[in-house]
Amino acid sequence: MRVHIDPERCQGHGRCYDLAPDLFGEDDEGYGTVLGDGTVPPGQARDVRLAVSNCPERAIELEES
Amino acid sequence: MTADDRFTEDFRSEREDEVIGTRSEVITGPVRDWTSDFSHLEPEWVADPYPIQDDLRQRCPIAHTERFGGGWLPTRYEDVSAIAYDTERFSSRSIIMSNFRPPRALAPVGGSPPISSDPPFHHDARRLLLPAFTKNAVTRQEPRTRAYCHSLIDAFEGQDVVDAAADYAQYIPIRVISDMLGFPAEDGPLFREFVEDLLEGINLPPDERIERVSRLFDYLLVQVHDHIDNPPDDLTSYLINAELYGRKLTPDHVVGAMALLLIAGIDTTWSGIGASLWHLAKTPADRERLAAEPGLLPTAVEEFLRAYAPVTMARLVKEDMHWHGVEMKAEDWILLSFPAANRDPAQFDRAGEVVIDREVNRHAAFGLGIHRCLGSHLARMELRTALEVWLQRIGEFTLEDPAAVTWSAGQIRGPRTLPLRIR
Repeated sequence: MRVHIDPERCQGHGRCYDLAPDLFGEDDEGYGTVLGDGTVPPGQARDVRLAVSNCPERAIELEES
Repeated sequence: MTADDRFTEDFRSEREDEVIGTRSEVITGPVRDWTSDFSHLEPEWVADPYPIQDDLRQRCPIAHTERFGGGWLPTRYEDVSAIAYDTERFSSRSIIMSNFRPPRALAPVGGSPPISSDPPFHHDARRLLLPAFTKNAVTRQEPRTRAYCHSLIDAFEGQDVVDAAADYAQYIPIRVISDMLGFPAEDGPLFREFVEDLLEGINLPPDERIERVSRLFDYLLVQVHDHIDNPPDDLTSYLINAELYGRKLTPDHVVGAMALLLIAGIDTTWSGIGASLWHLAKTPADRERLAAEPGLLPTAVEEFLRAYAPVTMARLVKEDMHWHGVEMKAEDWILLSFPAANRDPAQFDRAGEVVIDREVNRHAAFGLGIHRCLGSHLARMELRTALEVWLQRIGEFTLEDPAAVTWSAGQIRGPRTLPLRIR
């Protein structure tokens, strides 16, 4: 499973890095960033789904493998 | 040009020229019909707007009014989000619905950038401020905020009944933002007057409103001069020295952004803290659960933000158009109700209930699109800290008299009198 943030949609609400701080961080302006290469470790599937379903801008895309 | 000669008497007289705008007739009196004559100043709305919004959403769903020179109230999430995203057809030139519309020439900057700005200027003005309001940056304010919350509760010593809105919720954002801007802490009571003038004085005759707003700008100019003489490391100094397009900011931009930071952070967070305490005081099951499970608080805070979203914004329609079934005219207001969007059953399960462990909560309390609340990370920190400290220090609390609770009128909604029995 891979995760990606659409920078055109992200407005820096920060729900992703609040809810899944091991997978997401913030840049210098508060926009969400994916930590690492976006591969979601098996133990973090729940966190990433929580982040996806709470993003007000629907900016997080999840690619199921 | 040096920083000093930007803020002279000439600047003030130029600014007074900008009060040339469009004034509309002040309409008062009770609402005749919510679909065609809505008013967010109506006592019924101020006391409890949600049944009115729910009813309009089912049978209208975009209400109209001739008040304030004409405006629309969408109540569905879908319509609110479409307008928030559509900066081509809806301008942020003024974001407070009143009887005064600033001149069109004020766009795309507006009076208090970046909240009043449209693209493309908006993006550049916002970038100047974003770094100061990231989650990382505002975390540095948390220890001081927590200590301040404790000091407010220390002052309750010996009292059985306290006003949680006036004696607690109100002071927290005032202290935090005056620290960040570098304003004297003892000026707090003045800030409350500025907030009331700007956000609640919306149906005053336009010239009286303009006069009141100018008191805020006079105060901010005094602060600018103090900072030029003796520049401390704070947001005011930052704005005075900031550059855009290779030049220092215009004096209007500096003072307008200071006004935004001061006003937008106070009423809103004060309302959010107060509404959350009001809910907990009247809902013992939620209060007991949060006391037992403090780890649930961040989730509960999101639900309080959804169900009691304090902020409604406004937009101005740019050109006449047919939009989602209604005929909008250029210069009509849009009352952009994030609270109504947040209670739309098409978007949320159990939309009318407060579910403190709601896991999926894509609420719009901080807006949607390019104008996402700049201070959202700060507001969340203050809200969480204020509730954490309150719940740690005050085990049981109840509404002393539900009928004595009063709510603010206008676009920012929260309790202004909230007597709670704390022992």
